[in-house]
Amino acid sequence: MTFEYAPALEPRAIVTIKPKYGHFINGSFVSGKRHFPTINPATEEILSHLSLGSASDIDKAVAAAQKAYTKTWSKLSGKERGKYLYRIARILQERAREFAVLETLDNGKPIRETRDIDIPLVAAHFFYHAGWADKLDYAGLGHSPQPYGVAGQIIPWNFPLLMLAWKVAPALATGNTVVLKPAETTSLTALLFAEVCQQAELPDGVVNIVTGDGSTGATLVNHPGVHKIAFTGSTEVGKKIARAIAATDKKATLELGGKGANIVFDDAPVDEAVEGIVNGIFFNQGHVCCAGSRLILQESIAEEIIEKLKVRMAKIRVGDPLDKNTDLGAINSREQLTKIQELAAIGDAEGAQRWSPQCNLSDKGYWFAPTIFTGVTQAHRIAQEEIFGPVLSVLTFRTPQEGIDKANNTPFGLSAGIWSEKGSRTLWASQQLRAGVIWANTFNKFDPTSPFGGYKESGWGREGGKHGLAAYLKTGRESGGK
Amino acid sequence: MSFYGLVDGSEKSLLNFLNQLSGVDQVGAESRAAMLATRSIKTTSKRWAIDTAISMVDLTTLEGADTPGKVKALCSKAVRPDPTDSTVPSVGAICVYNDMVSIARTHLDSIGGEKVPVAAVSTAFPSGRASMDVKIRDTQDAIDAGAAEIDMVIDRGAFLSGKLGLVFDEIVKIRQVCGEKAHLKVIFETGELVTYDNVRKASYLAMLAGADFIKTSTGKVAPAATPPVVLVMLEAVRDFYSLTGRRIGVKPAGGIRTTKDAIKQLVLVNETAGPEWLTPELFRIGASALLNDLLMQRMKMDDGYYASPNYVTID
Repeated sequence: MTFEYAPALEPRAIVTIKPKYGHFINGSFVSGKRHFPTINPATEEILSHLSLGSASDIDKAVAAAQKAYTKTWSKLSGKERGKYLYRIARILQERAREFAVLETLDNGKPIRETRDIDIPLVAAHFFYHAGWADKLDYAGLGHSPQPYGVAGQIIPWNFPLLMLAWKVAPALATGNTVVLKPAETTSLTALLFAEVCQQAELPDGVVNIVTGDGSTGATLVNHPGVHKIAFTGSTEVGKKIARAIAATDKKATLELGGKGANIVFDDAPVDEAVEGIVNGIFFNQGHVCCAGSRLILQESIAEEIIEKLKVRMAKIRVGDPLDKNTDLGAINSREQLTKIQELAAIGDAEGAQRWSPQCNLSDKGYWFAPTIFTGVTQAHRIAQEEIFGPVLSVLTFRTPQEGIDKANNTPFGLSAGIWSEKGSRTLWASQQLRAGVIWANTFNKFDPTSPFGGYKESGWGREGGKHGLAAYLKTGRESGGK
Repeated sequence: MSFYGLVDGSEKSLLNFLNQLSGVDQVGAESRAAMLATRSIKTTSKRWAIDTAISMVDLTTLEGADTPGKVKALCSKAVRPDPTDSTVPSVGAICVYNDMVSIARTHLDSIGGEKVPVAAVSTAFPSGRASMDVKIRDTQDAIDAGAAEIDMVIDRGAFLSGKLGLVFDEIVKIRQVCGEKAHLKVIFETGELVTYDNVRKASYLAMLAGADFIKTSTGKVAPAATPPVVLVMLEAVRDFYSLTGRRIGVKPAGGIRTTKDAIKQLVLVNETAGPEWLTPELFRIGASALLNDLLMQRMKMDDGYYASPNYVTID
């Protein structure tokens, strides 16, 4: 007999999903006129129906946020705002399991990740920013930096609650109020977060959540009552937003796509590099904007690394996201699955060699086996375009400079990883790489104290750390000479 | 002499080999071990893991106060860990000091435990601070008394001062003493080698010199068999197999006291070296208190409740 792991399902009874949800505006839930279904991508089961945000819903939400800004939130001291943020952080910790299960049901990502990564980081972001709320004068942004007012925030489906935390926590800490539009396929944890706001007795209108699709987001971006846009999503939509706000006084931070390079030098710690490669591309089904989707190997060790990588990939446990032993869950939507399939087919057509371990994928739901393409060159589309799925393109280089040149040869510049046991090489490489986040001998590590953001077409501005605060504050003359 | 055709027995060729091994990133190794520790092993797989772990226990007593009576009691326990339940497997081996070997062997044979081997700790265990002649005599003595497994310690002083050739030669000599009669386990005392790079080097050094098993610790020094140390050793035996076609065993010892700890070790084996290593031929757990916790968890799975500790025998 072999060591088969019996199913170890996290019970879903802890979450209560209502059959229908409204928007969260001015402290209460308001039903929209039209609804659309939201499903569990692992089973295609309809979980609930969400309100489709209309222009008038956005109007109401922005009006509530404006009123809350002028009447309450801007009048509170930083210390008082901080208290609310601490309270939210504590409630999130107390209800962590509930959030983890709901996120897994709605998004398809494994419970191990929601439980150990997403939700703890969410609470950490609120705790971190709670601490800043009364110390903004000392953030190095000049004397008395001032909030913009109403922040319009649009978040993606890959880390639904975590992206909410990245947006909402700094906005509230710096004294802004919020209208948030969660992703169409993953709004449920945002709506549960609305309940947390009620539980924390956050003043009405400080956080408003309007669910809907791309048109709802566009209405929010174009709304004249919004002073600051924070968007995480595709480069394509990011460019549209940049065009839409051109010649307005709206500020924006855009966190867009990426094609992260994981560069492995011949002096790398091989076993940990293999782990890092796996974590870089198969974490969260590869639905990570900073995923290490291009593996750039020094040719002298390429064969050894690829061989070890395949052995390791065969151990990846693909299956029920609620099983505590699952490593790779479901693809978030049919649309995304189709996109991954199309790009993988292009990889085949371009002559790259595809390899996946044996996986028993369920007929129901959206699944894609962990996949690597070897024999990829810069001229392949799968080396250039963001696949946003569990698909790794493997390239090789001969000299360190060539490795760096290939890593930088992309319109993106969000993340990169360097694997070497030689400190001087790591420092040299990190100075050459044009990417907002560079990991050394690790990958996909996040912390609220560390700024995150991109170069080039990966976006504008930073989120997290002191740099992230700056994105929500008027400084110097802009702040009214205070 | 040739050692798997990889080194020629000279210190130079040994160093050349060891220096081309890749380094271990401490943070990465520890986070991989921590991730594998989150595996949730339930129901049928837990039951299988408990029985497998029992069959892998090297039931150990290594005290100055060991007496024939104590050793005999341990032998009885080794053969029938739960006297009320004959479905419980015997343990992997009995592990004792040199002078207790014949007592253990004789007693095991008299109670139907012919198949349970006796392992002797050797080479001036636990410190290894004696002359080579004494270490050879120590080993020969244990084999003559009936030890089928020799758990030798390496000279950590020599290792840490860079005299890797000396460490290698000692293992080679003890290997020769063991011959066909005894399996050789080589103890590193990882708590004294400290770094994972050293653990990896020691693993290859011992495997090249002829070890059948590589073992973490004596049980006298903490930390001992931590999951990342075992992970690094399992990676070494896995890669050594692809180099040579020979599977070397791994024995964590020290600090593994609960069923949870033991199951974590089995998960490490399963997902690192692979399921081929999930046999007492290739994986042992050096422990004493662990066995009773395994038995109590086994009873709990059968009965649905935790019995009083009085329902498992003290040893």
